Amino acid sequence: MLHTFVALVEDKPGVLTRVASLFRRLNINIVSVTVGGTERTGVSRMTIVADASPTAGHRIMASLYKLENVLEVDDVGQLSCVTRELALIKVAATVQTRSHIFELVEVFRARIVDLAPESLMIEMTGVESKIEGLIQVLTESGDEILEVSRTGRMVMRRGQHTSRVLQAMRVPGYESSGSSQSEDAALEPDAVHTQPAD
Amino acid sequence: MREAKEPAIQSRPKGTAKPQTGNTPAQSTTRLTGAEILWATLVGEGIDTVFGYPGGAILPVYDALRKFPVRHILVRHEQGAVHMADGYARASGKVGVAIATSGPGATNMVTGLATAMLDSIPLVCITGQVSSKVLGSDAFQEVDITGVTLPVTKHSYLVTRPEDIAPAVREAFLIARSGRPGPVLIDLTKDAQAAIADFDFEAAAAEARRHHPMRSVAPDAIQQAAELIRNAKRPVILAGHGVMQSGAEEQVRTLAERLQIPVASTLLGLGGFPATHPLSLGMMGMHGESWVNEAIQNSDLLIAAGMRFDDRVTGALPTYAPKAKKIHIEIDPAEINKNVKVDVALIGDLAEVLEQLLPLLSARTDSPWLRQINESKGDAAVRDITNLPDNGHLYAAHVIHDLWRVTDGKAIIVTDVGQHQMWEAQYYKHETSRSLITSGGLGTMGFALPAAIGAKIACPDREVWVIAGDGGFQMTACELSTIAQENLDLNIAVINNGYLGMVRQWQEFFYEKNYAASPILSPDFAMLAQAHGIAGATIQQRAQVVPAVSEARKLKGPYLINFQVEKEDSVYPMIPSGAALHELIRRPSVTTAHLGHNPIIETAEDQ
Repeated sequence: MLHTFVALVEDKPGVLTRVASLFRRLNINIVSVTVGGTERTGVSRMTIVADASPTAGHRIMASLYKLENVLEVDDVGQLSCVTRELALIKVAATVQTRSHIFELVEVFRARIVDLAPESLMIEMTGVESKIEGLIQVLTESGDEILEVSRTGRMVMRRGQHTSRVLQAMRVPGYESSGSSQSEDAALEPDAVHTQPAD
Repeated sequence: MREAKEPAIQSRPKGTAKPQTGNTPAQSTTRLTGAEILWATLVGEGIDTVFGYPGGAILPVYDALRKFPVRHILVRHEQGAVHMADGYARASGKVGVAIATSGPGATNMVTGLATAMLDSIPLVCITGQVSSKVLGSDAFQEVDITGVTLPVTKHSYLVTRPEDIAPAVREAFLIARSGRPGPVLIDLTKDAQAAIADFDFEAAAAEARRHHPMRSVAPDAIQQAAELIRNAKRPVILAGHGVMQSGAEEQVRTLAERLQIPVASTLLGLGGFPATHPLSLGMMGMHGESWVNEAIQNSDLLIAAGMRFDDRVTGALPTYAPKAKKIHIEIDPAEINKNVKVDVALIGDLAEVLEQLLPLLSARTDSPWLRQINESKGDAAVRDITNLPDNGHLYAAHVIHDLWRVTDGKAIIVTDVGQHQMWEAQYYKHETSRSLITSGGLGTMGFALPAAIGAKIACPDREVWVIAGDGGFQMTACELSTIAQENLDLNIAVINNGYLGMVRQWQEFFYEKNYAASPILSPDFAMLAQAHGIAGATIQQRAQVVPAVSEARKLKGPYLINFQVEKEDSVYPMIPSGAALHELIRRPSVTTAHLGHNPIIETAEDQ
């Protein structure tokens, strides 16, 4: 299954190698990793998505804590959080074939950020399944995808809400308390969700 | 960050005035070179001995050495330097320090670092590095040593500025000895060693370690553990290296005595609980005695104290102690449920956890379980080779047993890796912590001789014996020269059977006696010792063992004894790799000893 870890690490040379080397040593494939700044100077935030056995979470977290440059680790796999990924998608399109892509982009609440005679570029933010949904719809409608660049998953825990707010936001796993079907489905890399909003 | 409490007094230190020793480091800011800062910080951390080998990229550090009250032991190979620092740390409980130059000097340290990493030994290793301006350019003797050693160090630093040296070194010491100890490497560029910076020992102190949120001993977990212990009918304590790392000998002993719980030790745990104590079972695992492993298999509660359920200890995991509940007391959260699923995990310092646990447990006097274990020893103990009359053959077990008797079990024994290591663990009874120094996790051949040098320097008043095989001894035999140069009073027993003995044993048991590359030719070890100016003797008869050992002990200075033992002897009992703990290969029966040959010792001709 896919595990998602958020690690706050010192912003120093070699820290990414240490974290990556840990997964290499455990023979676990990193599906995606995003690194960037945080609200604290000198501290970087890593979101690591890794494919490992369901019981591996504790050991990975404990091993991350063994690295001296790692300050905090959160295993957010089973928790309610906001998940986002940014994708840039370049699609082959001429003046004649553009218009239906505009429609699709509208439905998926994505944006066109570049327009050239032979291609256009779509920027899209959302959960993985939404991005995969757009890619699939584009492919199904015969559009040639020239390039895809995805950032990988970023997650942030939701704040404290009353239960009614959580219900209204349809937070995955809220009603079923714990193993949520909707979140498991979202974690499934092959899942295709063509619903535009999340 | 680093504030000068008073103005910098002088631009350069002169002569021997500079460094202060022990725990009274310089209070004020001083201008020093990076090399001087290194030594001053080491001295401030309480270091008075280092093991090293000079070279181009570390020369500024060596140039500054004369100004500081530090004894430098010149080794013959950098692997030896790390093993010596390791032996020093194991014998003393302090942090060991090794120094090498860049490139090959640094890569030679890798095996030593891995050895220390696997056995959680606190070391600080310092390597020279090419100038920061040419880093990454494949300069002469440049190697990316922080990259190379990443998986075999607890942490590492690449320091390129003199002002960063003191904070890095101080933090390295803190990391090396805190939590689960381990080796830390500091790679110092040559320009950082030569440049000048302010030095203030106090201001360079490392920040308090971040709290480890997974290291926790929940009160209800303590209650649960106490409940399991109170209700257990057949409990066993598994005492590991953590007992001595944590200094929990008294607590473990109190727990065992109060509830009459027998104690089985791991290889690295030997000595943490007195071997002659009535509750001591001895070593568990692959070459543990049958009653030890049977007790574990039949127990209803295992109390794992500072051990990590290594594969050499558990055998096949699915059949490991199937009826037992398990309590795991361990400082490293990553070890919990790694190999063996446990019922209660108490993640913290062993001594502290036991201090919390002991008040909840009241004394028990009667233990049928203990009687049952003692009865199960049966004829397994009688089969012991030491009960065999002298039949003209010299067995390694006899040598080690006699060595134990003559030294009254009080020596520090440093072993290499292989058959002799297991015989030592079986026949030398260790009564105190830090009296057995051996490479357990990595199983590093060549460890014994240099590690013993470190141990002797750490404990000059203790009797130190090396026990090494003829194979492993030759891996680091060059350090005989270091012993001679330092005129160290340590004794060496080479258990010489003309084979890589453990390899030969596995080939005999599992590869149809195809002795591929296991027969090994050795020099005359006594003559080799003599070539170094070290006295030596060669022993072939059992009757000669005690006089030779006594002679070695009497002589002030090093002594080497070459014991030419039975060639095709095997370590019994043995649990084949991957088999369950009770599926052991037993010692051949002694009751048929009157027939033709000695059945305890199988030879290649036996079937």
